[in-house]
Amino acid sequence: MQAAIAGNETAYHGLLLELSRWLRTRLRARLLQTGHGDADTEEAVQETLLAIHLKRHTWRRDAPFVPWVAAIARNKLVDQLRRRHRRAEVPLDEMLDDLPDTPQPEQTSATRDIGHLLNLLDERQRAIVLGVAIEGRTAREAAVALGMSEGAVRVTLHRCLQRLARRIREEQT
Amino acid sequence: MKTDELLNLLAADRITAPAPAQQLLRTLLPGVAVAITLYLIVAGWRADVIASLSSPRFIFKLAINAALILAAGALLLRLTRPEAITGKLRIPLLLILAALLIAVTTELLLLPQATWWQAAHGHNSTWCLRLIPTFAAAPLAATLYTLRRAAPTRPAMAGAVAGLVSAGIGGVLYATHCPDDSPLFVALWYGLATALVAAVGALAGARILRW
Repeated sequence: MQAAIAGNETAYHGLLLELSRWLRTRLRARLLQTGHGDADTEEAVQETLLAIHLKRHTWRRDAPFVPWVAAIARNKLVDQLRRRHRRAEVPLDEMLDDLPDTPQPEQTSATRDIGHLLNLLDERQRAIVLGVAIEGRTAREAAVALGMSEGAVRVTLHRCLQRLARRIREEQT
Repeated sequence: MKTDELLNLLAADRITAPAPAQQLLRTLLPGVAVAITLYLIVAGWRADVIASLSSPRFIFKLAINAALILAAGALLLRLTRPEAITGKLRIPLLLILAALLIAVTTELLLLPQATWWQAAHGHNSTWCLRLIPTFAAAPLAATLYTLRRAAPTRPAMAGAVAGLVSAGIGGVLYATHCPDDSPLFVALWYGLATALVAAVGALAGARILRW
């Protein structure tokens, strides 16, 4: 995380990947208990990762990392459970029968996927987001492709992420 | 969008907000400047403010508000973090409350019973209730704004603590204006004003500090 805050993108990407696996395993266990599926898990994983990313300045270098991540995950899990509150309850036995055997859950697409929220963005923003996300471009490559400065691409990207987070929060209230 | 795709996006975003303590400083300084400006326009210091520095009651009045700023401020910074454990940081706030109770008891013992009500009621009680929240408003906006950009997981509590910090700032300013120094007056009216600002902070926090 220190390397990530210092701007090392490769280290940060690696950390996020590891976090996504850790979160998937933990959140899935909790969400299955309450009758949620893999798509809900993926949604919670994505929202937690986004929150970790946008709130990373609240982690202190001298503080342990895991409790900080766990607190954010718990906060997002509570949101998720609250949102699905209206759903019909599944009896416990039935739920346990459905438990798949695979210990390490596979990655699935989220139901109310962050991707749907891309509709909020204008054409240029969407081009940047999709270029970086799907084609795996760096900010510089996206800048060259769109004829923008790298700084402008980074600022746009950051604003898009903040906007997604704001939209997720609005949908909860 | 797949999670791996989201990871590409997040890793490409290098813009990090400043640490909460730094943000608090940046927002609170203008907030306090607004409060001081309001203070100078509508109140101003009382004529005997220098002479009063030798009065234990006046010093107590200032000190307890200043202590509130520090104690609540430390707690506020803790609450900017999602994993915040308030634990020991609540103790200074309890000590402030204890100091207030001791001062009130001492004052009751010192003053004849016939003058208790006069000391508690003072000259300026309604102004106290109006001006402390007025001076606290800009600092409250500043602290809530900082919290909003941080990651508090207990929104109402964080908002209430932001209210305590702001009421302390309002209290220090008002203390140099108000002619009433008795701890009875301070406990009653400053206490009410502080509770009011904390309640506003808690209500606002519960609404705007979710993320």
